[in-house]
Amino acid sequence: MLAYLIRRLFAVVLMLMVVTLVTFGIFFLIPKMVGTDPATMYVGKQADPAAIEGIRQKMGLDDPILVQFWEFVRGIVVGRDYTSGGETTHCAAPCFGYSFRTEQAVWPILLDRIPVTLSLAAGACVLWLLGGITTGVVSALRRGTVVDRSAMGVALAGVSLPIYFTGVVALAIFHYKLEWFDATYVPIEDSFTGWLEGLVLPWVTLAFLYAAMYARLTRATMLEVLGEDYIRTARAKGLKEPVVIGKHAMRSTMTPILTILGMDLGALIGGAILTETTFNLQGLGQAAIRSIGERDLPIIVGVTLITAASVVVANLIVDLMYAVIDPRVRLA
Amino acid sequence: MTPDLTKTGAAVGEPVRDGAEGFLDVRDLRIHFPTDDGLVKSVDGLSFKLEKGETLGIVGESGSGKSVTSLGIMGLHTVGQYGRNKARISGEIWLNGTELLSAPPDDVRKLRGREISMIFQDPLSALHPYYTIGQQIVEAYRIHHPVDKKTARRRAIEMLDRVGIPQPDKRVDSYPHEFSGGMRQRAMIAMSLVNNPELLIADEPTTALDVTVQAQILDLIRDLQKEFGSAVIVITHDLGVVAELADQILVMYGGRCVERGTAEKVFYEPQHPYTWGLLGSMPRIDREQTERLIPVKGTPPSLINVPSGCAFHPRCPYAGETGGRSQTERPELREVAERHLSACHLTDEQRGRIWTEEIAPKL
Repeated sequence: MLAYLIRRLFAVVLMLMVVTLVTFGIFFLIPKMVGTDPATMYVGKQADPAAIEGIRQKMGLDDPILVQFWEFVRGIVVGRDYTSGGETTHCAAPCFGYSFRTEQAVWPILLDRIPVTLSLAAGACVLWLLGGITTGVVSALRRGTVVDRSAMGVALAGVSLPIYFTGVVALAIFHYKLEWFDATYVPIEDSFTGWLEGLVLPWVTLAFLYAAMYARLTRATMLEVLGEDYIRTARAKGLKEPVVIGKHAMRSTMTPILTILGMDLGALIGGAILTETTFNLQGLGQAAIRSIGERDLPIIVGVTLITAASVVVANLIVDLMYAVIDPRVRLA
Repeated sequence: MTPDLTKTGAAVGEPVRDGAEGFLDVRDLRIHFPTDDGLVKSVDGLSFKLEKGETLGIVGESGSGKSVTSLGIMGLHTVGQYGRNKARISGEIWLNGTELLSAPPDDVRKLRGREISMIFQDPLSALHPYYTIGQQIVEAYRIHHPVDKKTARRRAIEMLDRVGIPQPDKRVDSYPHEFSGGMRQRAMIAMSLVNNPELLIADEPTTALDVTVQAQILDLIRDLQKEFGSAVIVITHDLGVVAELADQILVMYGGRCVERGTAEKVFYEPQHPYTWGLLGSMPRIDREQTERLIPVKGTPPSLINVPSGCAFHPRCPYAGETGGRSQTERPELREVAERHLSACHLTDEQRGRIWTEEIAPKL
């Protein structure tokens, strides 16, 4: 088990290195290749050539690419000093550089937004797991009945309708018309109830989409598992049906759900762009969208790396949980 | 007042033994599955009896209704089934004076695993991959015995030892994938015998195993039956297996019984053309190697559109000798010798002639 863990951790570090390299390459080398000077993006094209040169030196943009990459990685791990004409700026770890627009360090900007995105992802995740798995199991057990058909009809709608439709409808009804929920984000440390109230609609909207996907997946997997011989064996032992389903069938059904969950959750931590935009939540997704519009490369790189890291870590956790669920994985 | 022999009478409560004879009495069992293509008549009017200590071999090719029958006795066709595809079951299954088909489902559940238990064909897929052998046996025991986990674990180890698993106190914590095929089937047998069932159904118990292990498993089943005195039903398409184990043989074709009798009678004086075909297609150690096996020509019948008359007539080489009756009239089981039934329109003389002239010399 320990060897397995070490092997997995090693793979995670390697994966993150590769992602960093590729991201760095795409975002910092391509401007160079197409002839845009990153230095002008800080100070503007019309700026004084001396200022451009100053930035270039300060950011080390003239250094060989490998040196730049090394400095970039070092900045993320231990922090980095930018020196220009005797003036030194320290950028604490993890340092992703400075925003082209605001000239603030990237990490504090993103750090402000992480709680918003995490709140959205975590709450929605709880809702969609409860809703999706329950619906899927009930549908599978009542296969072909009215219950199954209507649940799967709703699920199809959930999968097909985009967030910016369901979200706007939810806002129109529950916020503007019925005025049940306020739709502004309040940090959890300021007011727990305010936090809950502000997030209910985004949670439900986002969870509806995912619950629909999870319900379909759960139903399909459960039906497959129910056809397995060991379920017949469990019944042949004289086990009560709730035990057969809840214990024997459920444990096998969880495996694929967990796989998808790892990827979905990891990706969501990088920002649910549509949900955040629809509900005007200032999370990572919004930061990404805005920085793309403003060509603010350092922010884009920051969000990309956070997303990649959370996907990789979420998958690591899933893999470790596999080993807990399925004894056959422990040997491999 | 005349005794009430109807099923409703039995369902009300007290076991009505009037209708039942023997330990297990299956009467006119019909198991039909509605599908989009039509009604699949997997079992269509099957009757047999079995006493404790006896072994019945049910033989037939794939799709003849063998496994469906066994799952029907276990009451497993109706568990967890909803909607329009639910199986339609009729007839009577009497076990120890209780009629199972009309009994409340929860009563039948309590019999499962305790009075009736089952060994399945492929022990790898029949054991849950995520639980240890011990956990699975302990679970089977504790459903029916209110004992603590420690006692149940001791019982599991004792059973593993009894079925010949070495170092049972260690292997009890192994997972199914850590066992070999033969060991898994032994563990499966241990699990099905943990509650001393009175009726053991073995559905193709050796099909998934290699030949050397097959013999060991058959020996084990026979020994355990002697020890526990249970009634055993062995379901197989392998006549060699029934030859090892069975006292009685029931040959199934197209969801019906075509021949039934003592093992000796069915093996040495088979009366039905389908049984002749089965015996002719069986490899035998005492046969000349140059002789070819004779397959039963054609394919198993559709269970949705069962052939008219005798279901076997499209494949039967002698169907032309019954004056058209095989094509139009369904043959009923009738006694052809003492304790020997066969469902065929051929007359005794015809059968005797075909047997001595054509069949016997080739077997």
